Amino acid sequence: MLFILRRVLSTVPVLLIVALIVFAMLRLTPGDPAAALVGNNSNSEDIARIRTSLGLDEPVPVQFVRWAGKALQGDLGESYYMKQSVTHLIAQRIGPTLSLSALTMLITLSIAIPLGILAAWRHGGWLDRSLMSFSVLGFSVPTFVIGYLLIWAVALHWKLLPVQGYTPINESFSGWLSHLFLPAVTLSIVYLALIARVTRASVAEALTEDYIRTARSKGISELRILVRHALTNAAVPIVTVIGIGIGLLIGGVVVTETVYAIPGLGQLTVDAVLGRDFPLIQGITLFFSFAYVLINLLVDLSYVLLDPRIRY
Amino acid sequence: MVKWLISRCVVAVSFAVIGFAGNCHAEDSSKVLRIVPQADLKILDPIWTTAFVSRNHGYMVYDQLFGIDAKGQIQPQMVDTYTKSPDFKEWTFTLRKGLSFSDGQPVTSEDVIASVNRWAKRDVFGQVMATQLDKFEAIDANSFKMTFKTPFPMTLEALSKPSGNANFIMPKRVAMTPADQQITEYIGSGPYVLKMDEYKPGAKIVYLKNEKYVPRAEEPSGTAGGKRVFVDRVEWVILKDAQTQANAIANGEVDLIEWMPADQYAALKDNPKLELLKPTPAGSFDLHLNHFVPPFDNPKIAQAAIMAVNQEALMRAQMVNKDLYRPCVSIYPCDSPLASTDTGYFTGKPQFEAAKKLLKEAGYDGKPVVLLFPADFAVLNKFPPVLAQLLKQAGFNVDMQSMDWSSLVTRRTSKEPADKGGWNMFITGWGPGDMMNPMFFPPLTGNGEKGWFGWTTDPKLEQLKADFMAAATDDQRKKIAKELQLQTYQTGIFAKVGDFDYITVVRKGVVTGLVPSTVNAFWNLKKN
Repeated sequence: MLFILRRVLSTVPVLLIVALIVFAMLRLTPGDPAAALVGNNSNSEDIARIRTSLGLDEPVPVQFVRWAGKALQGDLGESYYMKQSVTHLIAQRIGPTLSLSALTMLITLSIAIPLGILAAWRHGGWLDRSLMSFSVLGFSVPTFVIGYLLIWAVALHWKLLPVQGYTPINESFSGWLSHLFLPAVTLSIVYLALIARVTRASVAEALTEDYIRTARSKGISELRILVRHALTNAAVPIVTVIGIGIGLLIGGVVVTETVYAIPGLGQLTVDAVLGRDFPLIQGITLFFSFAYVLINLLVDLSYVLLDPRIRY
Repeated sequence: MVKWLISRCVVAVSFAVIGFAGNCHAEDSSKVLRIVPQADLKILDPIWTTAFVSRNHGYMVYDQLFGIDAKGQIQPQMVDTYTKSPDFKEWTFTLRKGLSFSDGQPVTSEDVIASVNRWAKRDVFGQVMATQLDKFEAIDANSFKMTFKTPFPMTLEALSKPSGNANFIMPKRVAMTPADQQITEYIGSGPYVLKMDEYKPGAKIVYLKNEKYVPRAEEPSGTAGGKRVFVDRVEWVILKDAQTQANAIANGEVDLIEWMPADQYAALKDNPKLELLKPTPAGSFDLHLNHFVPPFDNPKIAQAAIMAVNQEALMRAQMVNKDLYRPCVSIYPCDSPLASTDTGYFTGKPQFEAAKKLLKEAGYDGKPVVLLFPADFAVLNKFPPVLAQLLKQAGFNVDMQSMDWSSLVTRRTSKEPADKGGWNMFITGWGPGDMMNPMFFPPLTGNGEKGWFGWTTDPKLEQLKADFMAAATDDQRKKIAKELQLQTYQTGIFAKVGDFDYITVVRKGVVTGLVPSTVNAFWNLKKN
């Protein structure tokens, strides 16, 4: 309990440092939000007026203190463009990203872990070699290539699924699934390669341990040995990679969201950066930082459940 | 075990796919029109920004006092009748009866005055009009009067201005919002109502038919005439990726793409289920030069840079297909009434030897000219590498600096020398509504630091603009427009790169009724 409290409290300085660095970097990066906001037909005077109205002509430390003061009260400010609160915009976009991440992980884990175990079990066999080849392919082919190929085959050629868009799960489960299936498959190919590879390596190592030989000599079935003994003992590195994968998924689905037009956090981040929407960039960065810290905490806590020898 | 697992996986996936495949187009409805707009709609105040997508949103929700028909003629829209004094100083207007905003409140003269005043604080031409305006007063709830200090024959042009900041009418309480702040209430008297609870920038923007809208009896024509609505709901679906746009319309998931991405032309034109239309006049690309700092503060060096322009090479690189562009030397679009071929030395074809000679005469010191390169902006990012090569062939040293569009629009505000964070040249595009009238065209300024980026000082150009504004007939205006063009090239303010077509893609036989207009009009559309 003390560990959890300590970890949660440790997020405060992390978030503060992240906020400070992001705030400073944004002000040092070329690009004036006011110039981007007013459009092509405006002149320097218009831009200067907008800078003043946004408070961008004030000294940077003053801007930071004002923003940080509000952020401490849970107010991350308002988007320069959309005139909506940053928290509202993040809340609006988190659903698609979480849905996509969850479905991707579901597909990935339900395939990668069995494949990894089988490859370790048949170490050096055709399945193992096929898995390794697939891993290289999965890592090497860019996501957008996989995405476009899947769209061409499944959506345009066979007309089985839609090309783009997103339907919230509370509106229609089938709509949600039909819109997210292809993007999730696209993304899962990369993670499948990663997690299957790590599973294979960890389980293969566990299978060389003495307790496996003991279990086999006791006549325990191979399935039970693989799942109950090998996988459980190989779980820590696998869970670590899954944790990293989830973190990467939440913040790194930009290309997939763009190809499939899913209105998630990835697209929101890119738009905010290209438009120099400072409050939005700051808010999203803080959110991502918090999400990473939380995921890491959950991964650390899962170690205790997976390996009784680990204590904090 | 392996076979068992594989077979189970295949069955499960197949089941899932077949199970929900039927939902692909389940949401489709003939009363919902899905449009892919040119960009994401992030700013809902069309007076606060000049972004085209915000302007188009304005045309959905708001109406104008006057519209411009398909022939380019100004026609009353919200106005019923008007009078003008022989000296063009006094103008009186009467609104159509029965006009009301979507919240049910009637449109009054007070709403009009507040709206026009706010517009005049933001718009380039509105600011010119405001300096001439002596009194702007309501006669009664339906009539108002404008009195100018000097003759102002372009009053109707101001009130019908189609682009930049179009002159939209809002309720007084909304229009009283300071011009440098965005409005927060989106009530208009136009053909549609914005469904605010479904407003999701980056995803979807929804409009419903405005039941309170009173269309004119005339047929729709340009931004004039009756703006009738034949669908229950219009959805702007935000698709940023060009390939995704093409896939979505080919699959019937969207009905109309406002601006076809040039690189999708070949694929889309061969699709028998789609129709490619040109509902708006051509737009243009221009090369803009910074006259505030060396070397283009010397008109001869500016002329030398303009002589390097090879319109065919530049336009082919950017627009990919010859069907989508035309070389055009006029500063106005070549299909517009003011276009002329009197451009002096500018031919749109490279004149490298003449340029080198001019550079020598002008004493160009060989310092690199900074060419801004918006690498992230697909609509413009093929031009700079070609232009850099052309300039080198003309004798310039070129420093092409890569950046994103936001950095470019910031950089161009800098008046510092090019080697100290400033700039010398960049290319951008303009819509037909920006260029149809020299008074509307922001780069056509000779008033130095008060003008558009580039800050040319050219009193003769300003005088010609004043003459154009005072001209009472079309013939007079056409003559002055030609002189303005010659003066533009003489001073080397900017150079035309070429005209391009805005192609709108619709599902053939499914979407009909697209109205030809200076701006994209989304009324009168039927989904069959």
